[in-house]
Amino acid sequence: MSELLNDILFLPEAASTFAERIDKLHHFVVGTTMVMSTAVGLAALFFFFRYRRRLPAQATEYVVPTLKTEFLFVSVPLVFFLAWFGIGFRDFTWVTTPPKDAMDVYVMGKQWMWKFSYPEGPNGVNVLHVPANRPVRLLITSRDVLHSFYVPAFRIKMDALPGRYTQIWFEATKPGTYQVLCTEYCGLSHSKMLAEVVVLPEEEYENWIKEQRRGRLQDRQDALADNSLVPPVARMVEQGQVLAGTQGCLKCHSVDGSQHIGPTFLGMYDRVEQLEDGQSIRVDEAYITQSMMDPGAHLVAGYQNVMPTYQGKLQGPETAAIVEYIKSLRTPNVREGASEGPAYDAIQ
Amino acid sequence: MTPSSSIAAPGATPAPEEHHDHHPSYLVDGTTIKSWVLTVDHKRIGLMFLFWVLLFFLVGGIFALLIRVELLTPGPTIMDAMTYNRTFTLHGLVMIFLFMIPAIPAVFGNFLLPLMLGAKDVAFPRLNLLSLYIYLGGAFLALWGMLNGGLDTGWTFYTPYSAHTTTTVAPVLFGAFIIGFSSIVTGINFIVTVHTMRAPGITWFKMPLFVWAIYATSCIQVLATPVIGLLLCLVTVENLFGFGMFDPARGGDPVLFQHLFWFYSHPAVYIMVLPAFGVMSEVVAAYSRKNIFGYRAVAYSSLGIAFVGFFAWGHHMFVSGQSTFTGGLFGVLTMLVGVFTAIKVFNWVGTVYKGAVDFKTPFAYFCGFLFFTVFGGMTGIALGTVSLDVPWHDTYFVVAHFHFIMVGATIMAFLAALHYWFPKMFGRTYHEGWGLVSAALIILGFNATFIPQFLLGNNGMPRRYYEYPERFQALNVASTAGASLLAFGFIIIAMYLTYALVYGKASGKNPWRSKGYEWLSESPPPTHNFVGPQPVFPEEPHFYVDPKKAEVPDAV
Ligand code: HEM
Ligand SMILES: [Cu+2]
Repeated sequence: MSELLNDILFLPEAASTFAERIDKLHHFVVGTTMVMSTAVGLAALFFFFRYRRRLPAQATEYVVPTLKTEFLFVSVPLVFFLAWFGIGFRDFTWVTTPPKDAMDVYVMGKQWMWKFSYPEGPNGVNVLHVPANRPVRLLITSRDVLHSFYVPAFRIKMDALPGRYTQIWFEATKPGTYQVLCTEYCGLSHSKMLAEVVVLPEEEYENWIKEQRRGRLQDRQDALADNSLVPPVARMVEQGQVLAGTQGCLKCHSVDGSQHIGPTFLGMYDRVEQLEDGQSIRVDEAYITQSMMDPGAHLVAGYQNVMPTYQGKLQGPETAAIVEYIKSLRTPNVREGASEGPAYDAIQ
Repeated sequence: MTPSSSIAAPGATPAPEEHHDHHPSYLVDGTTIKSWVLTVDHKRIGLMFLFWVLLFFLVGGIFALLIRVELLTPGPTIMDAMTYNRTFTLHGLVMIFLFMIPAIPAVFGNFLLPLMLGAKDVAFPRLNLLSLYIYLGGAFLALWGMLNGGLDTGWTFYTPYSAHTTTTVAPVLFGAFIIGFSSIVTGINFIVTVHTMRAPGITWFKMPLFVWAIYATSCIQVLATPVIGLLLCLVTVENLFGFGMFDPARGGDPVLFQHLFWFYSHPAVYIMVLPAFGVMSEVVAAYSRKNIFGYRAVAYSSLGIAFVGFFAWGHHMFVSGQSTFTGGLFGVLTMLVGVFTAIKVFNWVGTVYKGAVDFKTPFAYFCGFLFFTVFGGMTGIALGTVSLDVPWHDTYFVVAHFHFIMVGATIMAFLAALHYWFPKMFGRTYHEGWGLVSAALIILGFNATFIPQFLLGNNGMPRRYYEYPERFQALNVASTAGASLLAFGFIIIAMYLTYALVYGKASGKNPWRSKGYEWLSESPPPTHNFVGPQPVFPEEPHFYVDPKKAEVPDAV
């Protein structure tokens, strides 16, 4: 039944857990829409025929709706619309909130290609390998203009914004190869900004990762890559560590918990920081990125607004590498850190 | 005086044997070029707007066909990628800013508002003329820019692309900025006219629903247009001088651009479609000879749409990285627009109930309109259902949706208005048979063009694609075939209406026996609209009750 509906509606194969949810709601919405509008249409047709004009100057009765009729006109659609919205919003919340055990992949849009990097693995251009039946979180950014990462078979899409990370997650249900398209107009070759997601069964994926780490398999796509963008060190954490040194981050931030000009990186990830303006914020990828690009936006209490912006100085993959480096410095003994944030339990 | 004595083709000299007390129609009262280009008569200004708006519609339409032909095959068909990107930008810009926004308000609003209110003219006739020239000035500047260098950003001008592109952004944006002033000036003029120029007897709740719709539209125009004006200036400055408002490489925020852009452009959708709703309220009442079923509900829902229309802009940004909560808020507010539209649809259908339907050309367009509004509206609700928008956003589903609701509904209303008020404007009638044939063609062609695009969107084809994967081809071919049908329909209309303009039979004062107020004056009306003392309006508009049986309606 639902296969048939998908064919009638020209929906592509549904290959993620989110796709299954979306399609169900889609069928419900299309179904009620069809029934409701057919009813309105038939009523109209019936009226056109039943009340056709017989005399050129025919007079008509003065008919006005009762309050009850008008109330029905308002409440029936409202109930349906809110029901759809309720289900839709639940699913939306679900897809924008990655589960904690999700595997991370960095995605960077660039005119006109998609680059993928794994925190502890390889980089790739235009081909993303993921395991089946495991949640994957995409941390998406752009190097130049807006792009939008769209996988029709997974029914997911998220804009790629320069200088920022957005996130979305999915769990692929069927091994196979699925197309990635860019849906935000990005210039001349917008329509050629294609990539693919290769979903592998769990063991195959592990093997693939191992091969990549050994650096033996030369990705066929690597030839296409813009080499200036491929981080020289395969492991992002290591690269991040180097970058944190060369870019001068470590002049102000310690990595051993000691207090300095800025908050220490040790245990920073996932810590709740008290801010200068009295609010608090949980440190995540977005916050770290923002602190690099716009350091004054959320100042941690007790520190001066002295950090320079790294906007334009760091490229997407470099930002990602530093984020990964900071994430690698997780520790339970956050109390030693400079910040007054509450203690936290490391996830893992 | 017989009604037909005042009929003459535009530009013809009045017959010499006219009586001295005869009031010539506005068409022949002054025949020099100067008497047209410097006129302050709202009807002549409306007619001049009609001319330009139709010309720009032709330009936009030609570009639409070029787009469709290009998309006939997956690879390059008739042009290269850059040309294609400029073509869809030109198509979108011309259709939105030069056709759809001014179409109904500037043409029919101008022509009819004073007639429907029993006034001699709009409140500020000279400002009215000025708005025409501002519009033309902006239009030609924008077109000049698009043809000299071209613009490839799409009509949405999203930053940072629009700040980086080497195509000519500045003149086009500045042109659009100037056109905005025309919109604001027209809006203010209409608002003041409605407040101050109503004839004795026309209370707020006896105003024709078309007036209500134009009034609500004008409010949106006056409130929202300054925002886009400001934004266009900022982008121009950013593009020319490298300011960093929206460019993250300079510390700016590209999403801020989107907020500002949609704060105008979402309400702009209602600037296009509310006047269409107004036209249809008149048409359905006139051709079913019935008072509007729920007059107050329809009037209030126009204001309701205008109001909540300001709070729904974020539904264009569900996947732009805005917070999940924000997405939900904008989703709910979007639903409210749907409810207000549903009220209108039900009341239009209710109006036919116990009516006396005369299935003439404008009524055929009403049927098409009903279809496009219901399906366009429903797909809009589906898009507002946050999670469903995730796969659909920026695909052909959205292209089909907005063509259904804003283009489909507006075109239906524009054509219905053109046919319904053709005798009013020119005192002549057109060939009814051709009218119905072309209406059928257009409705059919429109569906054939855009229903495949809904399916393309479902299938995953993104918008603004010059080339596309093979699997999308069949539906694209279907869409292009539909577009040719549509174009054919427009050609037929252009032919028989031009013919009617010159050779059409005299229509008489009120060929439809309509009880809309505007039909109380001659067709075409004399320069000052009404001859003799100020008219009074004892009945509500579209009061078709048999006078012998008429009771004073108490429910309205
Ligand atoms: C024969 C009729 C028409 C056809 C075949 C047609 C076709 C198209 C196509 C294929 C696009 C998508 C371009 C893209 O996203 O790559 C498009 C966009 C658009 N069309 Fe039309 N169109 C038609 C009529 C109209 C009319 C009558 C209007 C307005 C009055 C209109 C307004 C727009 C707008 C605003 C866009 C968005 C442009 C953009 O994405 O930048 N279209 N049209
Ligand atoms: Cu893109």
